[in-house]
Amino acid sequence: MNSQSCVSIQKEWDIVAARQMGREIAKQLGFGTVDQARITTAISELARNIYLYAGEGQICFEIVETLEQKGMTIVATDSGPGIEDLSLVMQDGYTTSGGLGAGLPGVRRLMDDFDMESEVGHGTRIVTTKWVR
Amino acid sequence: MKRDLRDIAIENSDEIIQEWLKEINLLKSVNYTEEISTELYDSNNHEFVNVIIQSIRGNGSTKVIKDFSDRIIQLGWPLSYIIDGLLVFRKVSVNTILAKLEDVDGDIATEIISNVDSWVEPIIRQLVNEYSVSWEQVVSLQRIALQELSAPLIPVMDNITIMPLIGTIDTERAKFIMENLLEGVMRHNAEVVLIDITGVPVVDTMVAHHLFQATEAVRLLGAKCILVGIRPEIAQTIVNLGINFSNLPTKSTLKKGFMLALEITNKSIIETDNKSESIEDLLGIDKGVNEGLENTNPKTT
Repeated sequence: MNSQSCVSIQKEWDIVAARQMGREIAKQLGFGTVDQARITTAISELARNIYLYAGEGQICFEIVETLEQKGMTIVATDSGPGIEDLSLVMQDGYTTSGGLGAGLPGVRRLMDDFDMESEVGHGTRIVTTKWVR
Repeated sequence: MKRDLRDIAIENSDEIIQEWLKEINLLKSVNYTEEISTELYDSNNHEFVNVIIQSIRGNGSTKVIKDFSDRIIQLGWPLSYIIDGLLVFRKVSVNTILAKLEDVDGDIATEIISNVDSWVEPIIRQLVNEYSVSWEQVVSLQRIALQELSAPLIPVMDNITIMPLIGTIDTERAKFIMENLLEGVMRHNAEVVLIDITGVPVVDTMVAHHLFQATEAVRLLGAKCILVGIRPEIAQTIVNLGINFSNLPTKSTLKKGFMLALEITNKSIIETDNKSESIEDLLGIDKGVNEGLENTNPKTT
C-alpha cells in the first residue's frame, strides 16, 4: 500500500465528494467504465450507510499492488452504533431505514474482496477491494 | 499616548509602505498564482497599502475599505492575499514604530502591539466579512439555479411527458422529482411519463428506491412510467446490486421509450409523402385561409 486519500462524511454532499474522488482514482488505475461505475456505486452505498446510520465517518482509498495485480481498496470507518448481526445485514432485502436493503450485499457483489468488522456501540469498519483486470 | 503612536505610524508611512512592499513581493512566488502579472500585482499592492494607511488615518473609516473590497472581490483576488497583506502590515508597522522610539521598555512594546492590532483588526474583520458575504451570495444563487434545473417536466404530446434528469440525485432533489412528477401528471393530464436518467452518474440503491417510490405514486394516479436512458454500465451495476426493476418498464434510449409511449397511448408516427412537394406548396394549402402569413413573411410566394 503506497498511497491513501480520505474523505470525511458528514453531510449528504460529502457522499458525492467521496464518489468523485473514488472515480478519479479508479480512472487513473486503469479500470474500465463498467468497473468505474461499480466502484463509484459501492462508494456511494458505503458513504450513504455512514451518513444514514452513523452520522459521520470516513471513506479512505488505497492503491494496492501485488506482484501479479493492482487494485483499489475502499475503507469505510465510522464510530456509530455498530451492527449487531452481521449476517442479517448481508441478506438481500434487510433494511432498517425503509430502503431497498440491497446496499451491503450489493457492495459485496460489486467488489472483489469484502471484509466487515463491527462492534456494537463502537462502530463499523468495512474494507473492500476491486482488482484491475 | 495612543495619538502619538498613530502619528508616528502616519509620519513614517512611506517607510512602512516600502518595507511592506518588499515583504509582500517575497510572498508572491510562494503563495499566489504565477498568472498574476508583476505590474498588476504591484499596482494592487500599492492600492492595498494605501487603503490600509488611509483607513488608519481616517480612524477606522469603512468607506475606503468597502470600495476596495468590492473591487478585489470582483477581480477575484484570493482572501489569503488580503490576510497575508494585513499580517505583514502589522509586523512591519510594529517594527517601524519600535525603531522610531528612543527608549523602549516592555510596557511600550505591548502597547504598540495592541495599538497596531486595534488598527488592523477592524480591517481584517470587514474584509473577511465582505468576502464571506459574497461567497454566501454565490452559493445561494447557485442553489437556486440548481433547483430550477433539478426536475423539469416537458410535455411533448398529448398524454406523453418527459422528465430528463441530469446530475446527482440527493434526498432533497428526490423529493422535488416526486412532487414535480405528480403535479405534472395531473396538470398535463399525462398517461405516460418518460424518466430519462442518461445524465445521472450513479444509480445506487437510494436513487433506485426514490425512482421506485416516484413511479409507484405515478401509477396510483393512473399513469405509467417508463425509465429510459439506462447506460450499459449502469445496467450492470444495477444487476450487481441486485435491484429488481421488473415492475418498471425500461428502455435503453429515450427514442425507444418514446415509441413505447406512443404504442401505449395508441398513437403512431406516420411519414407523410411530401417529398415531391415544395414547402411553398405545403404552405399554399393554408394560403386562402391564412392571409396573414404573407404579411409576416414577405419572402414566401
